[in-house]
Amino acid sequence: MRHTISVLVENKFGVLSRVSGLFSGRGYNIESISVGETLDPKISIMTIVTKGDDQIIEQITKQLNKLIDVIKVQDLFEIDHVEREMVLIKIAPKQELKGEVLRLAEIFRGRIVDSSPKTYTIEITGDEKKIEAFIELMKPMGVKEFVRSGKIAISREMARSK
Amino acid sequence: MKVSGSQIVIESLKKEGVRHIFGYPGGVVLNIFDYLYDDKDIQLILTRHEQGATHMADGYARSTGKVGVALVTSGPGATNTVTGLATAAMDSIPIVVLTGQVPTMLIGNDAFQEADIVGITRPCTKYNYLVKDVNDLAYTIKEAFHIASSGRPGPVLIDLPKDITAAQCAFNWPDKVSIRSYNPTLEGNKWMIEKAAQFISKSKKPVILCGGGVILSNASEQLRELAEFAQIPVSSTLMGIGGFPSSHPLSLGMPGMHGTYYANMAIQESDLLIAVGMRFDDRVTGKLDAFAPHASIIHIDIDPTTIRKNVEVDIPIVGDSKRILSSLNHALKEGEKPQWDEIRRQWLKQLDQWKELRPMTYHYVADVIKPQYVVEKLYEVTGGDAIITTEVGQNQMWAAQFFKYDRPRTFLSSGGLGTMGYGFPAAIGAQVAYPDKVVIDIAGDGSIQMNIQELATTIAYDLPVKVAILNNGYLGMVRQWQELFYKERYSYSYLANVPDFVKVAEAYGAVGLRATRPSEVEDVIREALRVRRPVFMDFAIDWKEKVYPMVPAGAPIDQMMFEEEPKKEEKKLKAVK
Repeated sequence: MRHTISVLVENKFGVLSRVSGLFSGRGYNIESISVGETLDPKISIMTIVTKGDDQIIEQITKQLNKLIDVIKVQDLFEIDHVEREMVLIKIAPKQELKGEVLRLAEIFRGRIVDSSPKTYTIEITGDEKKIEAFIELMKPMGVKEFVRSGKIAISREMARSK
Repeated sequence: MKVSGSQIVIESLKKEGVRHIFGYPGGVVLNIFDYLYDDKDIQLILTRHEQGATHMADGYARSTGKVGVALVTSGPGATNTVTGLATAAMDSIPIVVLTGQVPTMLIGNDAFQEADIVGITRPCTKYNYLVKDVNDLAYTIKEAFHIASSGRPGPVLIDLPKDITAAQCAFNWPDKVSIRSYNPTLEGNKWMIEKAAQFISKSKKPVILCGGGVILSNASEQLRELAEFAQIPVSSTLMGIGGFPSSHPLSLGMPGMHGTYYANMAIQESDLLIAVGMRFDDRVTGKLDAFAPHASIIHIDIDPTTIRKNVEVDIPIVGDSKRILSSLNHALKEGEKPQWDEIRRQWLKQLDQWKELRPMTYHYVADVIKPQYVVEKLYEVTGGDAIITTEVGQNQMWAAQFFKYDRPRTFLSSGGLGTMGYGFPAAIGAQVAYPDKVVIDIAGDGSIQMNIQELATTIAYDLPVKVAILNNGYLGMVRQWQELFYKERYSYSYLANVPDFVKVAEAYGAVGLRATRPSEVEDVIREALRVRRPVFMDFAIDWKEKVYPMVPAGAPIDQMMFEEEPKKEEKKLKAVK
């Protein structure tokens, strides 16, 4: 099963390496990882997407907890939460497809963040399915490149338990 | 008043009660060594290799329970400590290793003798630091000792750039440390302990598995109380040896790959395993699916990650073994008072039958020395009053099987990492801690050559460490596997040109003794113990001898291979089961 794990860590030198080293050293898989500061600048939050059966996920959360710099580990699998990721996608459509690109971007509530005579760069935010659907739709239009952020997630205030 | 970083380092170590450092100098740690030049309170033991220094700190820690300390230079000095750190990490041994580092402004420049030792050692330390501000120095050292020695202990490394040890600041020693993200659980869950007591009361065929955690948390007395009170047999893992007296009637010896027949049979037949401070290593469990098929499992360990890592557990209790066993004993004595002797009679009788059927023996012959005979004689002559260290391989297993350890911290062996070259420096570390005790490294001719240079250290500091070399001219355990599992294809396990260890010892200024016949063994041991000097005892042993019983890797632990009976004797191989 795929789990999104949220890890509060001390914002210290080398902490990302301790966390990623744990995954590589023990043969766990990281699908994506994103790191950022929290309200307290001494604390960072990592959102890690990983895969494994129950026993592996239990080990991952325990091993994360065991790291000295880890303050709190939360497996969002058991908790109602909101997930988002972002993609920046650069498209060079043929003249006759330009309108279609813009129309689709609008349907997906995307924003044009850069444009040149031949290209548009579109920003889309959403859950994974939405991002993937948009990328699929754009492929026939002439995608030059795209960059996806890792996933970030936050628990919902109401009805925290599934 | 401002003092130098070097002074802060050494004064901080003193505040932590450090009396001995094992070390080796080099360019970027010269500030610290210069401060040590005038110091009277701390003795630095100058080793001949940084790996030796780290294992010595480890042996010092294992034998005393205190934190062992090593001090080395940057680059190669630091990388030479990696094996020692990994050894200590696998066996949860508290050591602090101080490494020099190039000046902060040069870090990352591929400077002379620069190595990213914090990066290199991240996976083999419990925690590590690069100190970038002299004002953090004292607190960092305090924190390092706290982390190394608390919870599940382990090695901590502190990297000290040269400019930091030269910089000046006020020395403020913190009274205490608090780390918000590090608070090991010590007290076990009460409800779980109650439940464990109920399981024990109901169990008909319980077995206690005593692991290294029993020794680390000084829980031997509590474990013995539990075993004796509820009449439960105890099997000690390699790391748990000494945690329960080997000569106790309830002792089953070691479980697992080279465990005793009766320990493995007991586990396989058991209805309840009480695992204390152990982690169900593959050398203990053999084939996991077939391990202890009838048993419920109570697992006591301070590290939550060990629980349910390898085996399913019915009652997990996270916390300090000593505290949990105390509470458990209390709970057992509080409850109804079963007639333990009556309840256990059948089970203990069964164990006695197994012990009788296949005791730990070997075939003594008069014309060639059997390694087991040497180990037995060492026990006999010392009366068991010795600290034994081992190398890794056959020597380690024979030392575990044929010497009896009745007290904790008297058997020091690299269990997890299996580090050849560990035993000799570890013995030196233990001898530094206990100058008047008999310390013996039971070694092989392969392993001893991995840190043989430390002979010079024993001479320099007048440390009368004894080394019993079980010399078979082979990497014996490798040879054994090749004989049994690789069709006797002895690929690179024959050590041609084993040196004359008597001459090697003498060349360093130590004593060298040799026995080539069984009749000479005891005299050699007596002579080695008589002289108050370091001694190499070279025992020319039967090179064909193998370690038995043996469970092939990946097989269930009741599928044991035994030594072939000599032809004359009757075969009595039928198992009771």
